[in-house]
Amino acid sequence: MDTYSILRAFADSWVLLAMALFYLGAILWAFRPGSRKTHDDIAGIPLRNDRPIVAKDGE
Amino acid sequence: MWDVVKVILYGLTALLAALAANWARDLAFQVHAIIVMVIAAGMLIYEIRRLGEPRFVADRGLYMDDVVRAGVIATAFWGIAGFLVGVIIALQLAFPSLNLEFAQPFLNFGRLRPLHTSAVIFAFGGNALIMSSFYIVQRTSGVRLWGGNLGWFVFWGYQIFIVLAATGYVLGATQSKEYAEPEWYVDIWLTVVWVAFLVAFLGTLAIRKERHIYVANWFLLSFIVTVAMLHIVNNLSIPVSIFGSKSVQVFSGVQDAMTQWWYGHNAVGFFLTAGFLGMMYYFVPKQAERPIFSYKLSIIHFWALIFLYIWAGPHHLHYTALPDWAATLGMVFSVILWMPSWGGMINGLMTLNGAWDKLRTDPIIRMFVISLAFYGMSTFEGPMMSIKAVNSLSHYTDWTIGHVHSGALGWNGMITFGALYFLVPRLWQRERMYSMAAINWHFWLATLGIVLYASSMWVTGIMEGLMWREVDAQGFLVNSFADTVSAKFPMYVIRALGGVLYLSGALVMVWNMWMTIRGAARVSNAVPAVPAE
Repeated sequence: MDTYSILRAFADSWVLLAMALFYLGAILWAFRPGSRKTHDDIAGIPLRNDRPIVAKDGE
Repeated sequence: MWDVVKVILYGLTALLAALAANWARDLAFQVHAIIVMVIAAGMLIYEIRRLGEPRFVADRGLYMDDVVRAGVIATAFWGIAGFLVGVIIALQLAFPSLNLEFAQPFLNFGRLRPLHTSAVIFAFGGNALIMSSFYIVQRTSGVRLWGGNLGWFVFWGYQIFIVLAATGYVLGATQSKEYAEPEWYVDIWLTVVWVAFLVAFLGTLAIRKERHIYVANWFLLSFIVTVAMLHIVNNLSIPVSIFGSKSVQVFSGVQDAMTQWWYGHNAVGFFLTAGFLGMMYYFVPKQAERPIFSYKLSIIHFWALIFLYIWAGPHHLHYTALPDWAATLGMVFSVILWMPSWGGMINGLMTLNGAWDKLRTDPIIRMFVISLAFYGMSTFEGPMMSIKAVNSLSHYTDWTIGHVHSGALGWNGMITFGALYFLVPRLWQRERMYSMAAINWHFWLATLGIVLYASSMWVTGIMEGLMWREVDAQGFLVNSFADTVSAKFPMYVIRALGGVLYLSGALVMVWNMWMTIRGAARVSNAVPAVPAE
């Protein structure tokens, strides 16, 4: 088979499957138990850090 | 050591540019070589005078905001330039004699049109994206921008790209790809600047002090990475001469067309959507002073948007040499795309849930809300227009122009204005914008301008689509092309009027920014509240 057909067959099967699984996995991961606490914490990021976080010891 | 290297680099660049200007094959290349030579020579003198002087040491306890301040000013400047050229070409379409005879061929519609589109998308929108990326990534990582002066290289490098692209269009250098008109050497320069942008952004994320990467950064990172990929693939071309601006595309025929619209639609998807959603996910919660409505929704619609957008390009090529299956694929993905787009809109709007009163009292929130409303409208209109039956009427008509402008003026423009009003007082340590009333004026001038623009383009677009396909009893076409042109005249005048309103709103904003930055305090003449007896 020529390169185009090989790549085309590969894209139509395994790559499609891999991408679909990745997408579903990302959604399932977002709904994992305990994610609400993490997400609430992340959602609060814009509302803090008016100044850079500098380590206390002055590093 | 690095300073000496810089001096040598500037000197070599100036010398090579001078040689290139001498051996140039065409006017655009020659002018560009002279521009590069002047910039490099100026930098050479500046660096030599500074050699051995003590250098500015960045305080890691402060954010790098000077580059963001420069970006705010550049955004406003290029916005005015882009809107102004837009008004001029709208008037040129209504009154063709404005293609002034003495200014030919430089200032005709064909050369000013890419100047307008690039100025608003890449100069106004691009500067807005770069400066807010720098602002947001620092705040959401809790650290100063990584890479020292790399941020400044990105800023000035990007301005040089804009100047080279704009002068190139006027002087006739174009590779004739919509939204990717700049010729090969300008493309290479943009690639260098863009990689520096990516490195500065990733570097800042890498040293972040927050454990998690906030969703705005996901959108901004996807915008930077995807635009790099799109830009490189769509600009694969071989220059005819190393001393000339003309190049030949590597792809040809329908492959070239497909590559172009894969690029073109994803420029909309990742530059004008993902990038601006990144801005939305920071500025809307910040201005509303409440966290985003649903963080889970932002994750889901992020991945949905990323996986779907990339396939939607073929809807630009319905009923062409492109295979039918590819066009259908593009159409289907465009229709599905409606959902993640509205996910973003809903998430932004619902952030105001419980704080809707701010809509009445805060003109900046109003700017963000109208922006999200236009985002919702144009992401409904787009999938609808991608359906083949609708597209057979709408394609090549002014309806497309109206659709693009409700997205660009409404969504991208309004959210950028909101971001500028948010940033200016904070970056220049002012209490608030000089005039809140002027923000209101801007809001209504811009909104009215968009309404006039979009509605006149709907009318003229559908009218000309229907006129083109009208056949008589014998099967002959009823209207000639010129018939549609004369029928469109009134709508073209209304469109230009809409543009004038939008431009005047932006001028009010620039005045307001100027007064705020100058630091004049305004005494409110509102009547003080007196308790009722």
